[in-house]
Amino acid sequence: MTLMEKMTATTQPLLKVDGLTKRYGPRIGCLDVSFDLYPGEVLGIVGESGSGKSTLLSCLAGHQRADLGRIAYDGRDVLAMSETERRRLGRTDWAYVHQNPRDGLRMGVSAGGNVGERLMAVGARHYGEIRGKAQDWLGRVEIAGDRIDDRPSAFSGGMQQRLQIARNLVTSPRLVFMDEPTGGLDVSVQARLLDLLRGLVRDLGLSVIIVTHDLAVVRLLAHRLMVMKSGRVVEQGLTDQVLDDPQHAYTQLLVSSVLQV
Amino acid sequence: MSDYNFAYLDEQTKRMIRRAILKGIAVPGYQVPFASREMPMPYGWGTGGVQVTAACLTPDDTLKVIDQGADDTTNAVSIRRFFQRTAGVATTEATEEATIIQTRHRIPETPLTEGQILVYQVPIPEPLRFLEPRETETRKMHELEEYGLMHVKLYEDIARHGQIATSYAYPVKVEGRYVMDPSPIPKFDNPKLTANPAIQLFGAGREQRIYALPPYTEVVSLDFDDHPFQASKAAHDCDLCGAKDSYLDEVITDDAGGRMFVCSDTEYCTSRRAAGHKGRLWAPEPEGVA
Repeated sequence: MTLMEKMTATTQPLLKVDGLTKRYGPRIGCLDVSFDLYPGEVLGIVGESGSGKSTLLSCLAGHQRADLGRIAYDGRDVLAMSETERRRLGRTDWAYVHQNPRDGLRMGVSAGGNVGERLMAVGARHYGEIRGKAQDWLGRVEIAGDRIDDRPSAFSGGMQQRLQIARNLVTSPRLVFMDEPTGGLDVSVQARLLDLLRGLVRDLGLSVIIVTHDLAVVRLLAHRLMVMKSGRVVEQGLTDQVLDDPQHAYTQLLVSSVLQV
Repeated sequence: MSDYNFAYLDEQTKRMIRRAILKGIAVPGYQVPFASREMPMPYGWGTGGVQVTAACLTPDDTLKVIDQGADDTTNAVSIRRFFQRTAGVATTEATEEATIIQTRHRIPETPLTEGQILVYQVPIPEPLRFLEPRETETRKMHELEEYGLMHVKLYEDIARHGQIATSYAYPVKVEGRYVMDPSPIPKFDNPKLTANPAIQLFGAGREQRIYALPPYTEVVSLDFDDHPFQASKAAHDCDLCGAKDSYLDEVITDDAGGRMFVCSDTEYCTSRRAAGHKGRLWAPEPEGVA
């Protein structure tokens, strides 16, 4: 790779969002959201409940259709893609980590089957290799190898969430959407999960869009931060900058609301 | 003479079913919805198969009906009598003499020929049903050829049992396109689905679906590279006719562990015995096990 190619490779945004709007009838889901996400970058989206962050995420991931605006992934117009293409993207290049692991896992299928599903969906047909990869990924998310044939219903909440992450990352996606991945977990489990996520993101060079209302999560994980209120982005910038020197009144309120132990 | 229209259903209904059959034959493996009628038998007894048979029957046809391979079990006897009464067609037990064969859970051992129609009774036509309960989602999966989930089921089999333990209703891929449930036939019969000279029609009455395999269609049983598909049967010969190559039923003969294995296809077994083949327990005397 020449220097010039390297330059363009790093300066080309992976995801380019322009004027994204979603309305639920007369109500606003999210309004005129624009941002660029570069390869290897983690973008945090914070805001109170009902501020439109989950709507934004599901529009980006293609679970809902945006009313207006453009989404370009790697130079390709996502909204103009055929459904076949979009769904293929959804199981290869993209991953979606749900807040509730039960939404993202097949509860009736063993841990190994859960991790292997995406591999089989993209055409893996060798049982030994699928199982080997599943084993490897369970190890990476710190689930003991002998739990591979157990169903997720036999796992604790934290393990289920880690299993969901393994299941999503097994096909080496480039872009991961996370909807409050630490919601519903107790703080010590949260801390371990965040530690794990930080390691994976750094090792694999993932681009991540992470929606949360937990400022500690974005402080740890996110490079850049977007603050939403009533469907609009009220402030965005580097995470430390936004959290340490909030400009918008709502961000100031948000930052000052964090309880100090 | 009965007061029924020929083959029970009225002509408009038969036309509607024939349209669905033709569409099914045009798109092998695709489940065509049709307006299934109530039949004078309960769901699960072959209402779909009976409607398909009724739509295909002509007065010149010879009908054979089998249930789990046998010509003389309740389901087979009652459906055969139903068409004797309502259509007055000739019936037979000999596979090679039949022009239409309605079957539940088996494909006859005698190879089928061109011009024959094999009608399957199907309880649940959707192969993905127990993996994905949403009908909207399974339709989308068929539309977009997203069949990875089917392999998850086979993966689970191997993980739990060390081999693909699915032994009936084994999923197949038709002409490299649609994944299809071949109805609950044993996987021993799966190799007979492919390149079969007969027309194979599948009718699901309660679920209101018809699908089809035209003659000589390529049908591949799904598997893994390192766990290939195997058509399994009991490792015995038939105790009555000595056949080594037919699918066997296990029959418990006493409460001291005694058992015998006999052909599930009764007509095949009978014709072999008539031709002089003998199995381990065959005794022609009246008090014999036959």
